[in-house]
Amino acid sequence: MNELDELAQCLGQGQTKRVADLTQQLLDKGVGPQRILNEGLIAGMAVVGEKMRSGEMYLPEVLQAASGMQASLRLLKPYLVKEGAQPLGKILLGTVKGDMHDIGKNLVGIMLQGAGFEIVDLGLNVPPQKFIEAITDHTPAIVGLSAMLTTTMLNMKTTIDAIGAAGLRSQVKVIVGGAPVSQKFAEEIGADGYARDAVLAVDKVKQLLGVSAQG
Amino acid sequence: MKKNFTQLSVKTASDLAFGKAPKPITCGFALRLGSGQVYPELNFTLPMMTLDKAHWAAVVSHYEEIGEMVRRASKRLHLPGLMIEFELLPPMTEHPEWGAEITSILQRHLRLAHEESGLSCALRVTPTDIRDVTRPPELRSGKAWDAVRQSFDSCAAAGADLLSIESVGGKEVCDEAMLYGDMEGVVFALGVLAPRDVEFLWNEIVAICSEHKIIPGGDSACGFANTAMQLASQGMLPEVFAAIVRAASAVRSLVAYECGAVGPSKDCAYEGPILKAITGTPISMEGKSASCAHFSPVGNVAAAMCDLWSNESVQNIRLLSGSAPEAFLELLAYDCRLFNKAIESGTEQTYQKLLVDSDIYESPQALVLSPDSTFRIASAIVKEPTHYRKTAAASREAVAIIRQAIDDGKLQLAERESHWLERIHSSLEALPQHEEDLVGAMSDQYGRLYTPRSYGL
Repeated sequence: MNELDELAQCLGQGQTKRVADLTQQLLDKGVGPQRILNEGLIAGMAVVGEKMRSGEMYLPEVLQAASGMQASLRLLKPYLVKEGAQPLGKILLGTVKGDMHDIGKNLVGIMLQGAGFEIVDLGLNVPPQKFIEAITDHTPAIVGLSAMLTTTMLNMKTTIDAIGAAGLRSQVKVIVGGAPVSQKFAEEIGADGYARDAVLAVDKVKQLLGVSAQG
Repeated sequence: MKKNFTQLSVKTASDLAFGKAPKPITCGFALRLGSGQVYPELNFTLPMMTLDKAHWAAVVSHYEEIGEMVRRASKRLHLPGLMIEFELLPPMTEHPEWGAEITSILQRHLRLAHEESGLSCALRVTPTDIRDVTRPPELRSGKAWDAVRQSFDSCAAAGADLLSIESVGGKEVCDEAMLYGDMEGVVFALGVLAPRDVEFLWNEIVAICSEHKIIPGGDSACGFANTAMQLASQGMLPEVFAAIVRAASAVRSLVAYECGAVGPSKDCAYEGPILKAITGTPISMEGKSASCAHFSPVGNVAAAMCDLWSNESVQNIRLLSGSAPEAFLELLAYDCRLFNKAIESGTEQTYQKLLVDSDIYESPQALVLSPDSTFRIASAIVKEPTHYRKTAAASREAVAIIRQAIDDGKLQLAERESHWLERIHSSLEALPQHEEDLVGAMSDQYGRLYTPRSYGL
């Protein structure tokens, strides 16, 4: 097994310290940071995502792997910045106005971060104007809206409409999720995507951004 | 004066029955709970719509429609009694006068139902705990707390017969601890933070109820243990983890009773049987007939000790038969006829056994809710002196119950579930004896998530 494969394997096993040590060893040997990212970390997380999807791993194990990825990324970041490498994409998340539920949204953020995306989390009960300001400030590729109540899900439409009225709709893709939300509802309110759970949200984001399953 | 429950309200597990509680209560229009009958508790919510001032007339019309339906359907179904729960939506708590207006509408319909057909009935009102609108939550002061407090008072004045809440203190830590599978963090959230918040909150709620001469019902660990149950149902958490969180969550809900709550507990408080074993108060439960709101692995066993049987929540939408709330009221009515016929015919123990046996070894979450398990967990709780130690003891007892069922060859667990059971066991065994040691360790790990002053720390 080469060291990049070992890195991917250790990531899946939640060996955070070993992942960091291997990353440093690879860097010391002159392996390119982008290669470490793609063939070690993102490849490893893709396996983790697949195991979660198939029921072989629970969330805490996935998050342990994500912690390993973060530890490795901290070492890689200066090199990646120096090379001018771009992150996979920036994702803006928030629970829409009037809604206090955020565990699902938080989970999506953690899973996306684990998959290599940069997350800007606006929290809960977020009014449309705050989304607009954050899109202007952070220029995300995707905005993720969450709602858990039948009386707040329409605020997703209000938010999407407000983003449109601000002239920002063409700059971002919008995905939606939450217990009362469906694919049909997503289409009706003009969202670009819907995901039933956090694992599928990662797939949807990758699909919308044209990122392959391996990265 | 805070109560300290040092012994159980029942002598044996077989004393835990549906429809009967050691300390029955009477509320609303002569609705007597826990004295030999199980009654439906109907819960409902709005369909997809905007809830604001501009759409208020439409909101009101939904509740008027539900109130009229209740009067009509209670006669059609020959209901012997009925509890209605009005669970406020967040804007109805932010604007206490909105929640009070709907309370008075539902109270009017229940009064008419009582006058027209002699229906014994009561209205439970549950304001939304909106105190976690900011992160970290500000639980003891600020606009959100003022609104929650005012909402309780306004709804009480508008005709609530009993008040309840699904309080959220400690959830900000529990959520993260659960996602990371950190049992130590869960015990800290449920055994250290949450009891402090429940005590603060319920001292206020009990005072409001006393002022308005109404019943302080109970709290629910919904935001904690039901979150774990749902994460487990999605394959994100081990089932054993959710089962142990359930047992652990009973202690923070017990604090409401220590402060003066008298039941019935909230329907979504699946920890209710443990509370009933300790306090003797009637409980509301939900299971198979609440699948309109969420799925669960405890559909039958959850009914084994209930005094109210609920549908949790259903949108006011049209089905082929009629409105969804009416359809679920009928479902609950038939469920309750079975409970009550079993009691009347002296076959309630047989029926309870069927309810338990049909679920108990299908899931560790069902196992910990059986009368025997409930009795054991409750016994472990009352032996300990502090909320922290009670929470740890409840968790350890749940582990012991699950292990014993595996050893007896009755419960089959997947290998990865067994691995987690042992991991949780090790975490619980490693808990410090003294609460202050845990607080120190946990404030390093989770301190960014909570404000100590919200918990009097």
